[in-house]
Amino acid sequence: MALAAGARRQQHEASAEAKKTLLSIEKVTKYFDEDLAVDNVTLEVRQGEIFALLGASGSGKSTLLRMMAGFENPTEGRILLEGEDITHQPPYQRQINMMFQSYALFPHMTVEQNLAFGLKQEKLSKDVIIDRVQRMLKLVHMEKYARRKPHQLSGGQKQRVALARSLAKQPKLLLLDEPMGALDKKLRTEMQLEVVDILENVGVTCVMVTHDQEEAMTMADRIAIMDQGFIQQVGSPVDIYESPNSRMVAEFIGSVNLFDGQIIDDQEDHMTLHTDDLDADIYIGHGVTSGVDERSMLFALRPEKTLMTREKPDGDYNWSSGIVHDIAYLGGHTVYYVRLPQGKIVQCFLANVERRADRPTWDDPVYVHWASDSGVVLRS
Amino acid sequence: MRSGRFSLSVTIFWLGIFFLYGPMLMLIIYSFNASRMVQVWAGWSTRWYGELFQDQQLMGAVGRSLQIAFYSASTAVVIGMLASIVMIRFTRFRGRTLFSGMITAPLVMPDVIIGISMLLLFVAMAQSLGWPAQRGMLTIWIAHTTFCVAYSTVVISSRLREMDQSLEEAALDLGATPIKAFFLVTLPVISPAIISAWLLSFTLSLDDVVIASFVTGPGATTLPIEVFSQVKLGVTPKINALATIIIGVVSIVAFSSWLLFRKIDQHNRAAARMAAQG
Amino acid sequence: MKKLDLTRILPGGRRWVIAGPYLWLLVFFFMPFVMVAKISVSETFLGIPPYTAMFEWLDQTLNIRMTFSNYAWLLSDDLYIRAYWNSIKIAFNATVFCLLLGYPMAYAIAKAPSHLQTTWLLLVLLPSWTSFLIRVYAWMGLLGNNGVFNNFMIWIGLIDSPIQMLNTNFAVYIGVVYSYLPFMVLPLYANLVKHDNALLEAASDLGARKVTSFFRITLPLSVNGIIAGSMLVFIPVVGEYVIPELLGGAETLMIGKVLWQEFFNNRDWPVASALAVLMILLLIIPIMLFHRYQNKESGL
Repeated sequence: MALAAGARRQQHEASAEAKKTLLSIEKVTKYFDEDLAVDNVTLEVRQGEIFALLGASGSGKSTLLRMMAGFENPTEGRILLEGEDITHQPPYQRQINMMFQSYALFPHMTVEQNLAFGLKQEKLSKDVIIDRVQRMLKLVHMEKYARRKPHQLSGGQKQRVALARSLAKQPKLLLLDEPMGALDKKLRTEMQLEVVDILENVGVTCVMVTHDQEEAMTMADRIAIMDQGFIQQVGSPVDIYESPNSRMVAEFIGSVNLFDGQIIDDQEDHMTLHTDDLDADIYIGHGVTSGVDERSMLFALRPEKTLMTREKPDGDYNWSSGIVHDIAYLGGHTVYYVRLPQGKIVQCFLANVERRADRPTWDDPVYVHWASDSGVVLRS
Repeated sequence: MRSGRFSLSVTIFWLGIFFLYGPMLMLIIYSFNASRMVQVWAGWSTRWYGELFQDQQLMGAVGRSLQIAFYSASTAVVIGMLASIVMIRFTRFRGRTLFSGMITAPLVMPDVIIGISMLLLFVAMAQSLGWPAQRGMLTIWIAHTTFCVAYSTVVISSRLREMDQSLEEAALDLGATPIKAFFLVTLPVISPAIISAWLLSFTLSLDDVVIASFVTGPGATTLPIEVFSQVKLGVTPKINALATIIIGVVSIVAFSSWLLFRKIDQHNRAAARMAAQG
Repeated sequence: MKKLDLTRILPGGRRWVIAGPYLWLLVFFFMPFVMVAKISVSETFLGIPPYTAMFEWLDQTLNIRMTFSNYAWLLSDDLYIRAYWNSIKIAFNATVFCLLLGYPMAYAIAKAPSHLQTTWLLLVLLPSWTSFLIRVYAWMGLLGNNGVFNNFMIWIGLIDSPIQMLNTNFAVYIGVVYSYLPFMVLPLYANLVKHDNALLEAASDLGARKVTSFFRITLPLSVNGIIAGSMLVFIPVVGEYVIPELLGGAETLMIGKVLWQEFFNNRDWPVASALAVLMILLLIIPIMLFHRYQNKESGL
């Protein structure tokens, strides 16, 4: 299943340029009284993609989503759907439907009646409604539960109904608000893949809001990282993880070791940094092309790219001695916390490929090292 | 979503408020009328207040009513608290259906039915047991306590249900006996509900005319009975003055508790903001 | 530790906690109804108390005397049947009026900004804490032939002579709606304020306008509140005595007033008891409906 999603992503990347823009958000700002919730956001969502807004609570991602749905009005800026300005269109006229975090299934209606609700508002004929409801039930595998009331359904079933209800009107854009927020962890993984499958089946464009990075990376084609009402970075999961453009993004997604350094040498094809934390200097296989006056830089290195050995590595760059400070065995891999000579603690992940290998233990002297293309230089 | 727009429900709300307060406002204004002819305005005067306080019969009834209301409310709250514990914590025991029925029925039962049935019981008891030998304040107290128990139970049990039971469990865990846990933890937590239950019972008892008319005896005229007998003959300026005093007292009590409530609320909000920022 | 249990300290403590309120209600609430039922089948008797005993020792045998003549009497005279019918009619109409006025009010409070809600609710409830009697009395001064309304209308030249308003059914309706309105608003507000706003947003998102959302979502979900409020008005109004006595006239035939007259004026306790029993039978279904709602909403 994960494979399927991955394959789909590649296929998307290949044709990404050809895809036209479905939704554009232009310089949107939202104040609640005095509080700034969304700060001058400009975004484009392409036809057919799954786009995730990822951020901590209070980052403004839900407000942005609610403005797309029409529940909030932007203080400034415009929202366009297929080129048409919908900024001040009421929610009931937009061809955008939303799946609510709490699902918001109408408790006094059966599953069928919930699915038919939106269609009835369009004044479709009875036959069309019945036919569409049946197709939706089939799509989410809920045919057997058509006559149940929402309180007779499990969490996963409720979610399927909510998804089907928001898809029933065949919206141009589907919004998912914390789609897995109400589910427990195990069910969450299952449903993530199932929902992607269903969305792929329907081929609908989708914007989702989540605070769970794993969820965003599993489900989305592109991710926007939001912080304090501001979009920090937009890109594919790989871009965001491997090439973060700021300290905030690097720290927010996954774990990272950060070193403050000074530029000693900056050439076309390489650069070197000096940091007090490490025994050796840092050598990076590219230069900072935009000639900056700023000499101090930040070097970000992911723990799984930080290697650990007992023997001293060869070469003059990219290594340091240290002592094993702490070990966390997590099954699939082990996290080593290594204390460097100056006291800084770095993480490195070691995959547990052997069942019981002879590994360094607490207080063992070790060396950490990495390849010249493993890390990223950030402006500090 | 958008404020400042015409809203039908809000308009009806204020019309309803006008409907509720208009008549009372008229009562207050006419209580200061100098004329004996109630609806003919003859200038401002406080003369009827003076006459009101000289009406010995009425003043005696006020004292009796306050006394009965105080004792009824106090008894009802104690019984209501026990009944709430029974309803919320003892979810199964024999006769629970009858018990919960006897809690809710008095809330809606017409006064004349409660009145006549209570009186018949007292008569039968006096005949067979010799008690209560005479009807009067004692029988009114019993009758009022009985219907106030229902109201108290509803108010207290709703608070008790919301209370986090792990608070009591924590007290027990820390070594308090169940009785101590009740007095040191449960009681303080539900105390706002107990106060409102007492106030509600007090006003209900002070307000009742029908039940008291049935179960009263010689010499035990309560304020509502006295007022009712005067009012039946028509509008009198003295009763206008009495009404104004009652409305004034209730408004002052309500307004001060509203202020207190608002202050606590603002304090809590400010504290929450500080905590969020801090 | 599953449940807080007083038995741990007092042997049978739990039983005592139950016994206190149970016995009080059994003796002073349940027993009275047994007495009413009993006296409704005894005969009128000139004396104190004015009814005959049910059990009597005559010639060393137990005699049980029961008669249904009181009920037969009630059903034979159409005055009583009309009184019951009228009471139900007035109570029903008044309940509808209360609902029509009370629902928008409760809705407005529930939709008001949260810091205003308590104050608005207090505004509605405050009048019911002043004396019920005084509030009914206030309308006597307003509606009378010489009252504020008539004087005002004559003064502005709308009418020449006063219109009879006091001592009519119209005045009874005004009095009932005025007195019972808060009892309608309170349970409706308690229900409406619990509604999840996301449901309305979902409806709007699916294409429903405000009016549709109200009739398809809000109204069906507030049925419990409507039942509770309606029962809180309907049941007591059927037996209402004070309002028809003070505001009603000769045309206002209500069962509470008839019962009062039988009891106090005619001193016919058995007939009054029979009237009460029939009233209880009439109200048993509404009372059970109310009880079920209470169970659902509050878990009592």
